[in-house]
Amino acid sequence: MKDQLNYYAARVTAGKMSRREFMGRAAALGVSAAVAGSIFTQAVQASEPRKGGILKMGLVGGESTNSLDPAVAASQVPYHNLNQFGETIVNVNEFGEIDYRLAESAEASADAKTWSFKIRKGVQFHNGKELTAQDVMRTLERHSNEDAKSGALGIMRGITGMKVEGDMVVLSLETGNADLPFLLADYHLMIQPDGGFDAPAAGIGTGPYMLESDEPGVRTLWKKNPNYWDSSRGHVDGVEILTINDSTARMAALQSGQVHLVNRVDPKIAELLNRAPGLSVKNASGPGHYVFIMHCDTAPFDNNDLRLALKYAINREEMVEKILRGYGTVGNDFPINAAYPLFDDTIEQRAYDPEKAAEHYKKSGHDGSPIILRVSDVAFPGAVDAAALFQQSAQAAGIPLEIKREPGDGYWSEVWNVQPFCASYWGGRPVQDQMYSTAYLSTADWNDTRFKDPEFDALLLQARAELDADKRKALYSQMAMMVRDEGGLICPMFNDYVEGVSDQVQGWVSDPTGELMGGIASHRVWLAS
Amino acid sequence: MHPIVKLLSQRIALGLLLLVSSSAMIFGLTEALPGDAAQAVLGQSATPEALENLRREMGLDRPALVRYFEWLGGIVQGDLGTSITNRLDIATSISSRLGNTLFLAFWAALVSVPLAIFLGLLAVRYRNRWPDKMISGVTLATISIPEFLIGYVLVYFIAVQLGWFSPLALINDTMTLGQKLNAIALPVAVLTMVVLAHMMRMTRAAILNVMQSAYIETAELKGLSSFDVIRKHAFPNAVAPIVNVVMLNLAYLVVGVVVVEVVFVYPGMGQFLVDAVVKRDVPVVLACGVIFAAIYISLNLVADVVSILANPRLRHPK
Repeated sequence: MKDQLNYYAARVTAGKMSRREFMGRAAALGVSAAVAGSIFTQAVQASEPRKGGILKMGLVGGESTNSLDPAVAASQVPYHNLNQFGETIVNVNEFGEIDYRLAESAEASADAKTWSFKIRKGVQFHNGKELTAQDVMRTLERHSNEDAKSGALGIMRGITGMKVEGDMVVLSLETGNADLPFLLADYHLMIQPDGGFDAPAAGIGTGPYMLESDEPGVRTLWKKNPNYWDSSRGHVDGVEILTINDSTARMAALQSGQVHLVNRVDPKIAELLNRAPGLSVKNASGPGHYVFIMHCDTAPFDNNDLRLALKYAINREEMVEKILRGYGTVGNDFPINAAYPLFDDTIEQRAYDPEKAAEHYKKSGHDGSPIILRVSDVAFPGAVDAAALFQQSAQAAGIPLEIKREPGDGYWSEVWNVQPFCASYWGGRPVQDQMYSTAYLSTADWNDTRFKDPEFDALLLQARAELDADKRKALYSQMAMMVRDEGGLICPMFNDYVEGVSDQVQGWVSDPTGELMGGIASHRVWLAS
Repeated sequence: MHPIVKLLSQRIALGLLLLVSSSAMIFGLTEALPGDAAQAVLGQSATPEALENLRREMGLDRPALVRYFEWLGGIVQGDLGTSITNRLDIATSISSRLGNTLFLAFWAALVSVPLAIFLGLLAVRYRNRWPDKMISGVTLATISIPEFLIGYVLVYFIAVQLGWFSPLALINDTMTLGQKLNAIALPVAVLTMVVLAHMMRMTRAAILNVMQSAYIETAELKGLSSFDVIRKHAFPNAVAPIVNVVMLNLAYLVVGVVVVEVVFVYPGMGQFLVDAVVKRDVPVVLACGVIFAAIYISLNLVADVVSILANPRLRHPK
């Protein structure tokens, strides 16, 4: 009932339902007129952002050794702290499109090798300095420097030259890349005055909130930036980020109203938490996925019929239901889902089919010896249980799987990318090109399925430089089919971002680009009175 | 020299010696760990040249003995060194954490010590009757349940269901004393439950032991009420073992509360130390180790001194 009422209230907020209609539906659900009336008023007010209040977030993933230097941020609390004070030149929005932020526009040459970004005028840093194209270039320079130890270094490697022309930053690339704006939306690349060379960890940027106090690993306070350039964002007076690494303490803080938002709700308790009053559990389907990977160049997995047999022998729906408790979506044996731009949703979904699996298994001529699958719970939460489910569903197709449990310590150095068949996970990448280049290009270090296909490599390079979106989509679709039907990836599920949100928080949207609305929840939500 | 002064100065000198040797032990153990700080900082991207450069920068290329004495010299002057992960002065970053830990320990001690001693006296007064049995039963139960479980139970019922106190004990400088006390109410309750039984049982046992002496019988024959017998005659003679166990528990309140800090997200030393260990921030681990050792040793020193002073044979030598 709560869900339905919330749904109607959301329709009111969106202006799609009248008062008469709402009251009627609410009465049908057995809600008294007085209660329904107040919900209706709240829902109407919710459509207009309310200013003020302090937004409190309780987050896992912070340590007392954290710094505010955007280059070295790696865990969740630094990620959210950066998003309070900093802004990138562009942002990927919830529809997978580019939102222009500190850049007003971008333009590429026909071969996508040269990109010009026009930098927004009239934007001020928190220290009063005016933003210039020079600051943008210096920021990119700092992240290209090995000394900065930037998490964005891999992205910057493809950039061979940078220069400032008036209010434009011009970047030249080694090979054409139509995805460059998506890469520059990386959260490490927060624009800092003079690139942050002098004081990388000062917490000064152009964002909607300014640093008030910072106690690493405990809490960070942010206050509203009165000179913020975009009046449609940044509604609250301040943001308080609390590091609460203990899951139980985090959930208790949300339930008792101490915080408005929490990240990383364990799917096991999400349903229970959702029943608590005054809050709801939100999920957004992100690009992260849980996988079983086979080496295409090692027997017996060098036989495509055996690979297909195993792909047909896994029950994806069951895994999403039992391992992710419904907080996820089924995978289709290629590493891309709707969270990526240019995703082709017409590709046929592979389903559990023991008969087909048995058929392919027979055709592969495998000698019937057990196929060893190595797992550990560090591969992904619930990996050992998922392997057991896989073993059972494969058994039904007559395929003998033997599960070998490996110690969690050293799993990533001794098993993953070493053993021919094991469980693993991928956090996903912002664009398809980056995902495929990281793990499916013949020469990639992290090609953990040993998928080596010159034709695929050529398509990847062709798609990278293709500026026409429709043509690129067709190329990516072709590549997805190659990985799906010939690759060594068994991808049963994509895991959601699962978050707890207080009913006080209004204006929430589901954003697949990162946790808590792609890290910018505080820019876009507001608090009900 | 008065023998008591001699005894005390001996104790203090011994305490200092113990502190220095424990600092040597902490330093030696971190030296013995595989890999050094330079390797920990560089991680997988370590090249031989980068390692050498960083070692020179951090002074790790010199003999361990020289570095130990330099480090010891720095500590004597109050310089705890610099953190290798965030390059901040350790003394400044530790001071607020240490202050928080001491704040929590102080209030927990203020509640638990008088309560434990009072309950111990009460148990002696009604020994083997229902108040004694109830006190023992309840305190033994709370000491037997793991402290994180007590913490979660209190959080669920008192903070989430009843909404009386906050589930997070996140204190900061801008809060008033009242707000801070409100925030730490639940962790203080948990810590009190954990340390209560030990001190209560010791008080009870020590006083019962004294109660069998002849002078207690005399006091009873004088016609003193039973509580006055305990208060005036038994307690002063039983104070040495009680102070000992109280000091042990105080030390526990400072150095052993990591779990409670995690459950209540309290910004104390425990959490700080855990973070430093994970990041192999050796100077911070060393500094925390020495501070913990100093607290432990000085509290035990106090216990020794008090038991010496409480002994009339030492106070009034022939």
